[in-house]
Amino acid sequence: MATSSPMLPKLVGQRVKRREDPRLIQGRATYVDDVKLPLLQHLAFKRSDIAHGRIVSVDTSAAEKMEGVEAVFTGKQIAEILKPLPIGTPFPSPDHHAVAIDMVRYAGEPVAVVVAADRYIARDAADAIVVNYDPLPAVVDAEQAMQGKPTVIHEKFANNIALGPIPSGTGASPDGKSLDDSAVEKAFTDAEVIVSQRMYNHRLVPNAMEPRGVVAHFEPGRKHLTIWSSTQNPHILKSMISGMLGLGEDQVRAIAPEVGGGFGAKINIYPEEYVCAAVSKRLGIPIKWIEERSEAFVATTHGRDILCYIDVAARRDGKVLGIKMRLIADIGAYNMLLTAAIPTLTMLMANATYDIPAIRTTLTEVFTNKTPTDAYRGAGRPEATFFVERAFDMLARELKMDPAEVRRKNFIPKNKFPYQTQMGAVYDSGDYETALDAALKAADWNNLLKERDELRKQGKLAGVGLAMYVEVCGIGPSATLPTGGWEHAQVTVERDGRISASTGASPHGQGNETTFAQMLADQFGVPLEHVTIHHGDTAVVKQGIGTFGSRSQAVGGAALHMAGNKVRTKMAQFAAALLEAAPEDITFEGGKIMVKGAPAKAKSFAEVAAFAYIPVPLPAGMEPGLSGDAYFEPSNNTYPFGCHIVLLEVDRETGEPTLRRVVAVDDAGNLINPLIVEGQIHGGLAQGIGQAMIEEAVYSEDGQLLTGSFMDYALPRATDFPRFEMHSTCTPTPVNPLGAKGVGEAGTLGSTPAVVCAAVDALSEFGVKHIDMMLRPEKLWKFIQGGAA
Amino acid sequence: MVPISIKVNGKVRKGHVEPRMLLVHFLREQLNLTGAHVGCDTSQCGACTVLIDGRSAKSCTVFAVQADGSEVVTIEGLANGEQLHPLQEGFWEEHGLQCGYCTPGMIMSAVNLLNDNPKPSEQQIREGLSGNFCRCTGYQHIVNAIQYAAQKGGR
Repeated sequence: MATSSPMLPKLVGQRVKRREDPRLIQGRATYVDDVKLPLLQHLAFKRSDIAHGRIVSVDTSAAEKMEGVEAVFTGKQIAEILKPLPIGTPFPSPDHHAVAIDMVRYAGEPVAVVVAADRYIARDAADAIVVNYDPLPAVVDAEQAMQGKPTVIHEKFANNIALGPIPSGTGASPDGKSLDDSAVEKAFTDAEVIVSQRMYNHRLVPNAMEPRGVVAHFEPGRKHLTIWSSTQNPHILKSMISGMLGLGEDQVRAIAPEVGGGFGAKINIYPEEYVCAAVSKRLGIPIKWIEERSEAFVATTHGRDILCYIDVAARRDGKVLGIKMRLIADIGAYNMLLTAAIPTLTMLMANATYDIPAIRTTLTEVFTNKTPTDAYRGAGRPEATFFVERAFDMLARELKMDPAEVRRKNFIPKNKFPYQTQMGAVYDSGDYETALDAALKAADWNNLLKERDELRKQGKLAGVGLAMYVEVCGIGPSATLPTGGWEHAQVTVERDGRISASTGASPHGQGNETTFAQMLADQFGVPLEHVTIHHGDTAVVKQGIGTFGSRSQAVGGAALHMAGNKVRTKMAQFAAALLEAAPEDITFEGGKIMVKGAPAKAKSFAEVAAFAYIPVPLPAGMEPGLSGDAYFEPSNNTYPFGCHIVLLEVDRETGEPTLRRVVAVDDAGNLINPLIVEGQIHGGLAQGIGQAMIEEAVYSEDGQLLTGSFMDYALPRATDFPRFEMHSTCTPTPVNPLGAKGVGEAGTLGSTPAVVCAAVDALSEFGVKHIDMMLRPEKLWKFIQGGAA
Repeated sequence: MVPISIKVNGKVRKGHVEPRMLLVHFLREQLNLTGAHVGCDTSQCGACTVLIDGRSAKSCTVFAVQADGSEVVTIEGLANGEQLHPLQEGFWEEHGLQCGYCTPGMIMSAVNLLNDNPKPSEQQIREGLSGNFCRCTGYQHIVNAIQYAAQKGGR
């Protein structure tokens, strides 16, 4: 074995430091606002300051006269170069103009556009535009809106109903045309106990730290548009923009440069992206628009805002017989790309982790005079988890059972996977009891309850909360996504033996440059440093879908693995020719390619690469070169799961809640980089806890977002969290060759109900059965003062 | 236009600015130092944090003219050549960042924090970051990163 080279450590499964970080920690990254082009002009929007009204006049004369102003466009003028906005769901949708023409339907809707020499002048000029409105009443409450009162927002949508009610679940045919309620009704007839509650999963503002931004550069000489945008999916952007501008997809290049977070809110293709592209095309000059934070609060899509009337039918031993959920989603003023689809995921996940014989959900989506909703981390699944887990907690309290035991009694047993749910999903794999037990052990459940009781003896209001979750990830088969649900990857072994690869899963903080390089380094037996992962540029990455629905590893990683295998197979054939061996006897190790069992017969990786590009003689039947690509079409979604446990105290005097412990057990299947996975879960926990405790988009009755800045919207700070206690179980998925399920959104699922369950537990001495989020001290204080009754 | 002269990352930089130009825009647009980011317009998020005369300051809340004659250090000037500052090293080692947008400001605030208190407790670190938002990490790895730097005696 004298000639064998040192083994490189296997990197998949290791806590590898991120390769993205050196540029990010030294201020050397390029976000969209860092993109500079000659003759760049800045674009600003004049936005509606009322929530609902007719536009009587738009006076742009003062703006046009300002020095440095290049052009001003009203909604009417934009409509001449831009059709109404497309959406990505098959549901009916009202006309939505990128810039309002005669009506405004939410505060913040664009009403005019200014192009000027710099951003200061553009802002001044936008402020100088005078818009006269004939105000109409606004509606900000979905249940009120459904009565058509006090206003109807879109003429063709009576009673503001955008969609529904659509039924789903037991006895409902997939096309929604036939409905048999008998099983659900029987569950409730047979029930020994029924728990019912109205629950509100309130509206949130995603708030990625980098606001959105666009640079659009149409070159008239080439008839070609390049658009940089802070987006999660440059390929979808390319398709949508080209369609709207009357260009071919070959005439548009979309670039997602460094992207400062997305959380679902940068999936949508926004009015601002279309407007910048259209204006650049019209004027023939490069255009930059950078969203201000106060603008982002009203102009970037919001998340959640689903109301649920839930009824749970059960036996007194804790076995749940049936669930009914009536869902009302407040989608704001317009349908955006995926708006209408998000609440359908709440229906899809109503089965949660439980083997429930009968479920009926119905969903109604309602227009209101608020910012439109779309995906926000979790996107429909945290809502389902919250409703079901809170209801299970209420059931446990009603039956005086341990909340963990009520769950255990109803779990889908691990031998029933793949499991066909009542909601039409097929859960790929799962072992919920093991996750629950791991969490109980990590939290030291019995001692935790003792600790709570001890605190109570000291007069404190302490509570323990537990929640299970399962989410739908690795989205998804093409049948579930209008864009296609595959992902694409391309791998090239360069002439010098280094590896370039590209992925259509465009990251915005997920660390794919690291995890994907780990995979290829292992696959080819080369050092991590020899691999470069390209992403985000449609001229470099030929095809792709994007990063959302916790799909980049489960779908994008799988595509990369397939592309890598293709190239590896070809490289083995070149090596076999050089080494005079059979291709199936070739192995890749430690930067060498060798014959199995004969380590003396070896070539360096670089030598074989060079031969592949100067193949003299060319082995019979082979083409030169070492590159290959792959599309991975998943056969199903993945369904990661876990259990979160929280200890919380409420100050008896002030009602202020404080988190004492957060224990998280998450099962995302096989992990490529546990360090990055941990970071993803931390971030999810922070957003899930943030929703439960401090974050809330609050509207006034006349449709003004009262929490429209960081002065009013409580974005969590470092002091808002204890140290998270992290644990995991591992149940690989059979859906992809990596066994990886996806983890980006997981943290937001269990944490939110766990916190609220803990708060209810803490206030149980006051007869509190449910608390709507967020846990504002004033609200809790009122319960303490006896407001529960 | 007002003439200004600011020592930035050790080098005197002169410019002519409108009195209303924010320091962050002077740094980003005239000096091409794009490490300081703009994450809000109400001085909450701290993504634009730099050091002015050795103290952390939100460069979105300072006019460029106010910084005339002072010494500014930005994230680009923190490393000693290729030798990372202990805080930069800590953020890398401990996975203290994801999207990276808040990171330059977070690190510059942490420089100030460790200058004031070289051995902070975890609670003191969390409180010391109250002027900086991160939406990705949940802060735990950021706390670890600062503890890492503190242990290395790094400021």
